Amino acid sequence: MKSAVVVFPGSNCDRDLAVAFEQVSGAKPAMVWHRDTELPDGVDMIGVPGGFSYGDYLRSGAMAARSPVMRAVAAAAARGVPVLGICNGFQILTEAGLLPGALMRNSGLSFVCRPAELRVENSQSLFTSRYAKGETITIPVAHHDGNYQADPDTLARLEGEGRVAFRYSGEVNGSAHSIAGILNEAGNVLGMMPHPERAAEEAHGNIDGRRLFEGLFELVGA
Amino acid sequence: MKARVFVTLKSGVLDPQGKAIHHALEGLGFSGVKDVRAGKLIELDLADGTEDSAIEDMCRKLLANTVIENFRIERQG
Repeated sequence: MKSAVVVFPGSNCDRDLAVAFEQVSGAKPAMVWHRDTELPDGVDMIGVPGGFSYGDYLRSGAMAARSPVMRAVAAAAARGVPVLGICNGFQILTEAGLLPGALMRNSGLSFVCRPAELRVENSQSLFTSRYAKGETITIPVAHHDGNYQADPDTLARLEGEGRVAFRYSGEVNGSAHSIAGILNEAGNVLGMMPHPERAAEEAHGNIDGRRLFEGLFELVGA
Repeated sequence: MKARVFVTLKSGVLDPQGKAIHHALEGLGFSGVKDVRAGKLIELDLADGTEDSAIEDMCRKLLANTVIENFRIERQG
């Protein structure tokens, strides 16, 4: 099993994500710097972590999406390698065009930092196989720009194709259709605003996020 | 040669910042403000002879997120 976590200047959840990857798979992920043009040979799982890459300059995720390493991530995603983008990672994946839509300023304008209840909408994906469809889980959110927006056609396609992975149970940030996480068309890229890596071990006080990593590593063959 | 790029939210896209500014203006007693939309102004200092198409390319590839934003280029001089 070879996993990688991409690190940008301003990432701050890279280490937590690496710990979650290692605890579940038993192997340390490679930490790949934003200037690197290649991922480790044979990489079979990529994490794009949360944080404030490039200080959120221009738009959250905009600069990181154009960094050299993201070309390698896009190429790997096109080959079917699973890519998990969390929080700023989700913003980066939308800015890079690997996921549709955009993440805008929260409708209440405040930074939202608290546990959020999510409904699992799709339990058939690489990332959600250990959850039951319709199950409610609690995962922390911590973001300023988590308000997911897309045009009506894109939203209809996401809903119709079962690509909404997670939905907020209550109001969090104004997201269209209360979307918290979405899949790409091929199902190997997931972007989500909540932080499963912050709910992955007993010491976190909540392990609802751990099953995401367990299911993912099981299906990828860790 | 200088150019200004105005980046604005597409109509129909909710603008929470514009809304907050609107409320703040009302709070200060300014009546008659019907709506507020906030955007960005980006000033570019460019090599003489830079083509319009090159500036448009910059807008599409980085300066604006065309999923939610429109851009307008204003060349100066």
